[in-house]
Amino acid sequence: MELQTWTFIIVGITFAIYIAIAILSRASSTSEFYVAGKGVHPVTNGMATAADWMSAASFISMAGLISFMGYKGAQYLMGWTGGYVLLALLLAPYLRKFGKYTVPDFIGERYYSQVARVVALVCALFISFTYVVGQMKGVGVAFAGFLNIPFEWGVGIGAAIVFFYASLGGMKGITYTQVAQYCVLIFAYLVPAIFISVYMVGNPIPQIGLGGTLSDGTYLLDKLDVVLTDLGFKEYTTSHTGKVDLFFVTAALMLGTAGLPHVIVRFFTVPKVSDARRSAGWALLFIAILYTTAPAIGAFARTNLIQTVQDKEYSEMPTWFGDWEKTGLLAFTDKNGDGKIQYYNDQNIAFSQQVEQERGWKGSELSVDPDIMVLANPSIADLPNWVVALVIAGGLAAALSTAAGLLLVISTSISHDLLKKWLRPEISEKGELKAARIAISVAIMVAAYAGMHPPGFVAQVVAFAFGLAAASFFPAIVLGIFSKRMNMQGAVAGMLTGLIFTLSYILYFKYGGGTTDQYWWGISPEGVGTLGMIFNFVVAIIVSAFTAAPPRHIQELVESIRVPREQTK
Amino acid sequence: MEKNDLRQYWHTNLKYLAILLTIWFVVSYGAGILWADTLNNIRLGGFKLGFWFAQQGSIYFFVVLIYVYVLLMNRLDRKYGVDD
Repeated sequence: MELQTWTFIIVGITFAIYIAIAILSRASSTSEFYVAGKGVHPVTNGMATAADWMSAASFISMAGLISFMGYKGAQYLMGWTGGYVLLALLLAPYLRKFGKYTVPDFIGERYYSQVARVVALVCALFISFTYVVGQMKGVGVAFAGFLNIPFEWGVGIGAAIVFFYASLGGMKGITYTQVAQYCVLIFAYLVPAIFISVYMVGNPIPQIGLGGTLSDGTYLLDKLDVVLTDLGFKEYTTSHTGKVDLFFVTAALMLGTAGLPHVIVRFFTVPKVSDARRSAGWALLFIAILYTTAPAIGAFARTNLIQTVQDKEYSEMPTWFGDWEKTGLLAFTDKNGDGKIQYYNDQNIAFSQQVEQERGWKGSELSVDPDIMVLANPSIADLPNWVVALVIAGGLAAALSTAAGLLLVISTSISHDLLKKWLRPEISEKGELKAARIAISVAIMVAAYAGMHPPGFVAQVVAFAFGLAAASFFPAIVLGIFSKRMNMQGAVAGMLTGLIFTLSYILYFKYGGGTTDQYWWGISPEGVGTLGMIFNFVVAIIVSAFTAAPPRHIQELVESIRVPREQTK
Repeated sequence: MEKNDLRQYWHTNLKYLAILLTIWFVVSYGAGILWADTLNNIRLGGFKLGFWFAQQGSIYFFVVLIYVYVLLMNRLDRKYGVDD
């Protein structure tokens, strides 16, 4: 059967499952809408958190990025997993004990201040919104590229599906759809990975296969190092740049993960404090399955690509090569007219000049979009079309599950933090639930519109959402739990310092004409969130030391969130 | 008495956190980044050790660290009668 037919069938089936789940799990109270009635089993929540967390970028782009970055790709692998340790140890159990619905809610109560609540609210909305637009755009790209549906229609269909289950079921509907979406995406990720691992090194476990040997008896990674240096690239497994920036970028991603509102809110949905800890463990386990597979795919795909194309006749390329040329993700231009493909690092001037003289190469003739490393895997490993279709359904599942989690944060922020806790405290439970449904509908429409016409800044800003979350939320929450002395003045000053500093640094270097040699200690804008976080901590501690201690009832609140349950004799 | 119990419970928790977060830091920022070049001289089968920590090992450690914390805290909660 044709790929497109398969894609329609498989994507259609998965969408039907999501809709069926939505109908079965309607929300009837604000507690169900915001936190699924706090009745989600820790394993279920772990799975939902994994789908919530892994976006279209994790699923489609990450392995490809790693395959071109080599060792340095570790910043994504460690950065997007290590934050869960911080979540489980420093945040999740205490926030669960606190028991309210949102991050701004915690900040507002703990720092007994509407100003703090509103600062947190603005941060949460800004972070979630930039992040969700990227997901909606991803849905449109997947539809346009593989189902021949116009891009805008693709975004519209994705938005309609999310609208259906998110507005009906709120967190409850989202949770159970995310479980289904996790199953789809992990299956779609692992099947081609296992096959390509068998194909390359004869081992069905990609994590072990990465350290395996090729048919000629050499270790895959050693071979890759040699092959790459022979083509003028840097070695795959070693580092070539300073460690400072790598350190700071990794830290910003970790701390940002621990501060992202749509991840934190998932830990409000389990019944008990001990479940929140356990649930973080399950979440990371489910995430780790994909994250330890990704580097294997990256190395396999890069090795295989080079072995297949390098200095081979264009006319003898396998059929997948032509198929992917059609999508534009792979492009060949025969610069020296010899009918063969030369792929090498033509940015390496000395190497380029040498091969031009010795072998008559006139520039690298192949351009490769990193996304192809995951998307083309099934066809490279000679898998049938339905596997390719499954990968597309997996990418859509990743994008939709993340989008839904973010949209819920946006709607909760508006109906709960903005209306109930600030502008209209007299609103009834029913009214608040209605407001939440309206807010999520409006948020989806705005996100879909922005996804169709992405404002230029979004693609760049989304990468900085982590830095901003690290610099604003993380210190405020940690200090709120671990320091009884931390007061409103300190927290607000800290959050504003972290946020303004991080944002200014990013804007200066991205739009204000800043050059890389002006970086502070070589830290790139991607990693500056870590510095912003440190400033946040320092300012908060100093300011609070010179201002009055928080009121008695706040200190008691802190004591109470530190234990899962009040002691019984 | 109860106040004292709470303080002890919290101190034990902080001690666990300090130990586990030290390991967290060592396996990722230490072995994966700062000492990766040196560790790359040691091999783990087909992997250079620094590379392995950076792209595989640190993640395995992260998962184990959380489960260890879960076990330690469940035990501690029961000991002080604050388990939920």
